Amino acid sequence: MIPVLSVRGLKVSFHTDQGRATVLDDVSLTLERGRVLGVVGESGCGKSTLIRTILGILPDAARVEAGAVVFEGENLLVFSEQELNQRVRGSRIGFIPQDPLLSLNPVFKVGSQLLEIMRDHAPPGTKRRDHIKRLIELLRRLQVPDPDTALERYPHQFSGGQRQRLLIAAALACSPGLVIADEPTTALDVTTQHEILLLLRELVDEFDISLLFVTHDLGVVAEVCDTVCVIYAGQTVEAGLVGAVLQTPTHPYTQALLACHPERSTHFVGIPGNVPSTLRMPPGCRFAPRCGYVEPVCSMALPESLQATSGASVRCIRAA
Amino acid sequence: MSPILRKLSRDLPAMLGLALVVIVVLIAIVGPWIAPYPGDVTASHLARRLKPPTGSFPFGTDNLGRDILSRVILGARGALTVAFSVVALSMAIGIPLGLVAGYRAGFVSELIMRVTDVVLAIPQLILALALAQLMSPSLESAMLALSLTYWPFFTRIVFAEARRLSNSVFVDALRGLGMGSARIVFLHILPNAASPIIVRATIGLGFTILTAAVLGFLGMGATPPAPDWGLTIAQSRIYLPGAWWYALFPGLAILLTVMGFNLLGDGLRDLVDPRLRRSR
Amino acid sequence: MVFRFVLRRCALAVPSLFGLLVLTFLLIRLVPSDPAVVMAGDAATPAQIAEIRHQYGLDRPLWEQFIVYTGKAVRLDFGESAFSHRAVSLDIAQRLPATLELTFAAMGLSILLGVPLGVFAALRYNQWPDFALRMLSVFGVAVAAFWVAIMLQLLFAMQLGWLPLRGELSVAIPPPTRITGSLLLDSLLTGRFDALRDGLAHLVLPAVTLGLGGLASIVRFTRAGVLDTLQQDFVTYERAMGYRRMRLIWRYVLRNSVTATITQIGLLFGGLIAGGVVVEAIYDWPGIGSYTVNAILTGDHQVMLAVTLMIGVVYAAVNILTDVVHGLVDPRLMDQT
Repeated sequence: MIPVLSVRGLKVSFHTDQGRATVLDDVSLTLERGRVLGVVGESGCGKSTLIRTILGILPDAARVEAGAVVFEGENLLVFSEQELNQRVRGSRIGFIPQDPLLSLNPVFKVGSQLLEIMRDHAPPGTKRRDHIKRLIELLRRLQVPDPDTALERYPHQFSGGQRQRLLIAAALACSPGLVIADEPTTALDVTTQHEILLLLRELVDEFDISLLFVTHDLGVVAEVCDTVCVIYAGQTVEAGLVGAVLQTPTHPYTQALLACHPERSTHFVGIPGNVPSTLRMPPGCRFAPRCGYVEPVCSMALPESLQATSGASVRCIRAA
Repeated sequence: MSPILRKLSRDLPAMLGLALVVIVVLIAIVGPWIAPYPGDVTASHLARRLKPPTGSFPFGTDNLGRDILSRVILGARGALTVAFSVVALSMAIGIPLGLVAGYRAGFVSELIMRVTDVVLAIPQLILALALAQLMSPSLESAMLALSLTYWPFFTRIVFAEARRLSNSVFVDALRGLGMGSARIVFLHILPNAASPIIVRATIGLGFTILTAAVLGFLGMGATPPAPDWGLTIAQSRIYLPGAWWYALFPGLAILLTVMGFNLLGDGLRDLVDPRLRRSR
Repeated sequence: MVFRFVLRRCALAVPSLFGLLVLTFLLIRLVPSDPAVVMAGDAATPAQIAEIRHQYGLDRPLWEQFIVYTGKAVRLDFGESAFSHRAVSLDIAQRLPATLELTFAAMGLSILLGVPLGVFAALRYNQWPDFALRMLSVFGVAVAAFWVAIMLQLLFAMQLGWLPLRGELSVAIPPPTRITGSLLLDSLLTGRFDALRDGLAHLVLPAVTLGLGGLASIVRFTRAGVLDTLQQDFVTYERAMGYRRMRLIWRYVLRNSVTATITQIGLLFGGLIAGGVVVEAIYDWPGIGSYTVNAILTGDHQVMLAVTLMIGVVYAAVNILTDVVHGLVDPRLMDQT
């Protein structure tokens, strides 16, 4: 069974005033059908760039230098803009953005915006009436209040949680095989966050979708994901089943992340040091300057990804 | 001060504007000394009337044989004098009114702002024309008319600033310390409005030159034989299309001067409030 | 909801219009010359002057005169033009359609060309088309309309002979029967296509001259608006969800970008009124602008004031309209006020 999404050795750089910044350097991940993969990393680690690369909406200053993004057997990186727009975005890959208020066009009715997605991507032969019916059904399933009239309202007339449900409906409207969620609960309050996470999990099981869940919060990963992939400084450092990685983390960065999590530590803990600049990456392991277990060999060459005892793939010499 | 100047220096259009303004100001100042035929303000040489541009008369000559290049150069002085006087007078009227209106709310404040609204209810040119017509047409009446239409812009800026600050804790504290209103207004409120005032004044200079040119063209401003740019263009009309240079060069002078002030004003506005960056 | 909004805005405009009435009233009273003397003529005796003064109510107290004045203004009675010796309101009514034709032509040009060019410039940000359009904008706002008029006349009418020099219609072509007062409409309605073609040819240069400033301004502000909008998150989202590019730009991005443009269009009107005065004078366009210039040159105060008042009202109406359009484009604004 081929995975729905397979990212291999992805390297993406940006052109900036101060030179070439390598934001993603050898990122690999695999998402199996019907599963939820959590992509975890701090702000600036390249999560947004990863999403944009998959969807093909990188800014002009960016360049994909190496790697492949294989979706349902096809490498998206070789698709043309038109192919991506017509055949992939909105139809086979759905997207749930981070901030529901900022992501909705303020001067158009919600219905217009959702119908626009279906306009080009819904199955041929279906008409606007059918689209509206489908959307209302989805809204009802997602528990958006007054689904019959919701489409006639404007984004500012909904609450944060309701807006996020609208966007989830938008993502599911054309029955995609893959849904990418970019920190979908960060902009919401804690209670609503929990509701949305539960909802997402239900939807994954009910509609048999595969979900790529990007977040900075390991707690959320524990709640919703089946597998997890930890990214640091543009590289995958640990990847495996959620149970394995969270209970027996192997990479020092993963361990540090877990240790800092508010639910795990009683006092404020941080990881000393800073993420290296994308302009000047250190040779060797990128976490070495901050690692508690650092050894001289770590700074000399980039460690390979090895299989740890937990079953996870870990980029650290300690995995052996 | 220098980080601001450095930021401005990176703004190419603004630098171009500054260069143009500086050039025009210099021309206005040293005009009589650099113009090839300074006497052509009043003198006439009918023998060489309506000659096309050549080496000795780069902009050609007009219907009285006067060198147009010299008259354009000398016209700069008139244009800038009018512009600076009008803007200065507008500021002299508008800024105090704005301070009074903004500092203490009440009947006077309301009255001032209503008058401001009324004056702004008509396009400047129309009002200036109406006013200039009521006084006898001359350069002075044109200047007065223009000032009387432009002051509301300054009033509004100063009013907003004064209103904002007069309610602030900081001014309350000053009052509590026994500082007199006049001191508060001049030492603390006015400096805050300085930046938008400068921006508005720069743009106003450009606008005034343009409007004064229209007034000159319609015969409501300078009178012959003054080398006023608008007046010259008006005079050139009957000699078209033959003497095309007669109308072309004064018009270019207006264009470049106004453009200079506009570009500079835009650059200053971007400096002062990046939030107002609506046009970059 | 829209109705209440409009009503509220109208109510706000009333004090300004009242102030305008006061202003114009005071202005005519400030004229150094005694209006009674002017009307009586040079050879009048003091008795005749006094008679005229009484006849026109000029000897009543000022506030009483003001009430009479207001009453007349509301009934659109602006007295008689010293030049044409006809009722000013009649003169204005006759000349208004020509000005409206020109104004709408210029505005149409500015908007229909300006908005697409502004979008185009934004999409080609910092490339050659963008630089060229920005230069055009800078020139367009800085240039003197009367000079552009003369230059255009020089090139297209005098040198190339492609377009007529002045006026609304060629002398050789008889005007169509007057139905609406607008040359173009009347030609269309009476099937006089020769007059229509000729009228359109005459409209080109004045409309281009008048519209140039507005075009420059609209290009500038549309470009800025589009650039701002393209930074917004919802544009990223719309791209991510596969919105078609053309629809994305021209429908979804544009509507968000035009707030500043709409404000500009409102202000533009003021510019069109002011510019119209000069442009009509140069092209001999038989509208209110040339009427005004004539009044200026002949010292016809009644006309000047009537025109000023009328322009004030029109300007206020345009401002209200601008606000309404703003509210229609961005529904959030209607909910706020």
